[in-house]
Amino acid sequence: MNDLSSPPVALTAANYKSDYKPIWCPGCGDFTVLGAITKALAMLQLPPHEVAVVSGIGCSSRIPAYTTCYGFHGVHGRALAAGTGLKVSRPDLTVLVTGGDGDGYSIGGNHFIHACRRNVDLTYIVMDNHVYGMTKGQASPTTEPDWDNKLSPGGTGVRSFHPLVIALAAGANFVARAFSGDPNGTAEVIAQGMRHPGFSFIEILSPCVTFRPEQRDWKQHVHPSPVAPTDDPARAARRIMTDDGFNLGVLYAGSRAPYAAKSAPAMRSVADLEAEFAL
Amino acid sequence: MRANPTADPPAEVRSIPLPAERRLRDSVSVAIAGSGGAGVMTAGTMLLDAAARAGLYGLMVRTSGPQIRGGEAAALLRLSHRPVQALDDHFDLLLAMDWQNVHRFADEIPLRADSLVLGDSGEGDAPEAFTRGGARQVALPLKKMAKAIAGSWGNMLALGLSGGLAGIPLAALEDALRAAWKRSAESLAANLQALRKAYEESATLGDAIALAPGPDSATLAQGRWQISGNEAAGLGAIRGGVRFVAAYPITPATELLEWMAPALARVGGSLLQAEDELASVNMIIGASYGGVPSLTATSGPGLALMTEALGLAVTAEVPIVVVDVMRGGPSTGIPAKSEQSDLSFAVSGLHGDAPRLVLAPTSIADCVATTQWAVHLAEALQTAAIVLSDQWMGQSRAIIDRPADAGCVAARLTAAAHSPDYKRYRDTASGISPMAIPGTPGIVYTADGLEHTEAGIPSSQARDHRLQLDKRERKLLQYDYGAAWADVEGDGDVAVITFGSVSGSVREALARLASQGVAVRLVVLRLLAPALPARMDQALAGVRRVLVIEQNHGAQLYRYLRSMYDLPGRPASFHRPGPLPLRPAELATAIIDWQRAEQPVAEAA
Repeated sequence: MNDLSSPPVALTAANYKSDYKPIWCPGCGDFTVLGAITKALAMLQLPPHEVAVVSGIGCSSRIPAYTTCYGFHGVHGRALAAGTGLKVSRPDLTVLVTGGDGDGYSIGGNHFIHACRRNVDLTYIVMDNHVYGMTKGQASPTTEPDWDNKLSPGGTGVRSFHPLVIALAAGANFVARAFSGDPNGTAEVIAQGMRHPGFSFIEILSPCVTFRPEQRDWKQHVHPSPVAPTDDPARAARRIMTDDGFNLGVLYAGSRAPYAAKSAPAMRSVADLEAEFAL
Repeated sequence: MRANPTADPPAEVRSIPLPAERRLRDSVSVAIAGSGGAGVMTAGTMLLDAAARAGLYGLMVRTSGPQIRGGEAAALLRLSHRPVQALDDHFDLLLAMDWQNVHRFADEIPLRADSLVLGDSGEGDAPEAFTRGGARQVALPLKKMAKAIAGSWGNMLALGLSGGLAGIPLAALEDALRAAWKRSAESLAANLQALRKAYEESATLGDAIALAPGPDSATLAQGRWQISGNEAAGLGAIRGGVRFVAAYPITPATELLEWMAPALARVGGSLLQAEDELASVNMIIGASYGGVPSLTATSGPGLALMTEALGLAVTAEVPIVVVDVMRGGPSTGIPAKSEQSDLSFAVSGLHGDAPRLVLAPTSIADCVATTQWAVHLAEALQTAAIVLSDQWMGQSRAIIDRPADAGCVAARLTAAAHSPDYKRYRDTASGISPMAIPGTPGIVYTADGLEHTEAGIPSSQARDHRLQLDKRERKLLQYDYGAAWADVEGDGDVAVITFGSVSGSVREALARLASQGVAVRLVVLRLLAPALPARMDQALAGVRRVLVIEQNHGAQLYRYLRSMYDLPGRPASFHRPGPLPLRPAELATAIIDWQRAEQPVAEAA
């Protein structure tokens, strides 16, 4: 038998898309992010059953079931925790964690910080639309302080959260910004993040056309980062702190070693553990 | 005794006549107390080890003040030729290195007229709380004695004195000291000298508290273990197949996690420290979704934070085990002291209709088997299991016979690659549906906390909700749990039902009553949820009335049993909160009062 006689059929983005119809509003940025994720998976030619897509709660957190990968749709804000447990106990799997700004930066904010510093080898994709969409239009941590809404008339008056700076300061090994209106660029950044060892954080500007229709203008503002990625966190921090928020691309790619579970000399059997108790 | 569970507990504990054999001191109880740095826990641990080497069984309970370090502490020991499951009603010896704040332990170290109180003559008299019952006071110049032997420590004098008074052979004490010694040979020699000097001194104090001679001890220790409940639960988890643990430290569960960290690494598993309990429980759900049997341990406040995710494990049918080492609650409560007050929360604390498993070890030794069984059940039934240990059980050390391996291991029903027409949440007769494990081709699905169809697609349809609720309930109710659901002992026509760490005191109370001809059946529940009415009916066949005994303020077990079971007669409750342990005499009195209260008035007159 000669394997070369029948080369394996290459997987395309379509092979990663399930036939389950998304619940999103027409025009939602998350459609193209879903497309970009499937394109990135096709670039890496990963067998779908060896990939797990893990999420919490929110519009964008519905993504796992829209793929042909293994999916985990857990509770609000805890996707990174579930994804961390999965990757640490099953390092053979490729783990993607997905979600929105409310899920990741508000209720899940603590897990975000600690996932960055723990640096487990997984990729975290946040579809940021500066609003809680599923609960119909409340301010999220990235919402502008003066954005008027029913829950916070006149706006929250609270300054918005800067996820990229937080990620960098907390120790994320790969920090990038993408825009859902640029599906090919987004796919490329996701693929780079997945290839990069350790915790890769990708913030994707993904407009909510229902509750933030003005975000349709984002496509006028975004632009590729004018300089090459850096592995110097200080330089990256300066860039991220001073850019206009629409600077797209890989903004930091570090070389910190990913988290590795402690190993110890193996035993012949579990019964060996009992020796310490025996008199 | 109260049939009304909201009444206050009795103000004082009356004693009943002790059986004759008690006079022979078939057990000896020793408290070693002192301020921080006095080394009382070291002395207590060595005394327990020496007793084990001498062929005795024993128990050591740790108690301390609220300080992180340097506060008052006491090692509470009971040694016997027979297995020890509970502290006695009184201590025979209180040995205090000093009296600084030791009076705070007055309730935890009850003494009586024939007890001995031994202190340092340079530290003044014992607090009145210890001597008002008539206990004999003796003072020795402990600090001067230690000073006289350069390099020796006062707590090794305490070891020699308490060991000598309890009747432990000197050789066993020396061996225990040698085995634990980590310092220089000179230091070892000095402290052995101090130990011997104190041992000699103990002979001058009389043999009033010494244990009755037992069987020849040479080989008795073989096959026995010295272990804490927390270590035992960790070992049971590993025996059951747990290979991933996510951990957030909390008193009094931390030692369980600390024991598991290196142990898991040695069996090819891993432990990860989480940022909080929300993370730890979701991490183990993620790991178990990946096919790896997983566990976390916590205490009440942590369990409260975990409840949303426990519902996820139930709904997404991902097996997990959470060991709750209970402490005084609610809120921060009494972190370092015991109470059985998380029961109501464990059996009913999730939102929605969420059937789950709740188990409780029946002794320190049983922490091994019950945790192992919990892993097995969670895996077999693809759901969440909560194991209710407590501070007393978790942090106490006991000398026990080696617990046999319960033999049950994680055995999850998984789906084969490319299973035709695979549906993750298929409505099977047993309610258990094969689980696809990530990495397996041809059967991918999304595990979901949203209500779902059999295929795992989110659904808000009435039919799907009903079908899945029925499935998740049915798998727990149809399962055959076998005889392990409870320990049923004795054959009286009245019964006591209890659970967890108080079972040891209950057993001892019933043994005392039995020696006086009072027969009481005992049901110690190991499986608290789901309730098993048919098995309970069988266990209580011929029983007229039951008394429910537990350590909490709200009669939680009593209320739970009354809601889930048709108990015979008018069930009564004996309950009181922690932190003081329920003592055998207190329980024996309560049981006798309960029996008397139920006699017809004319007969009682």
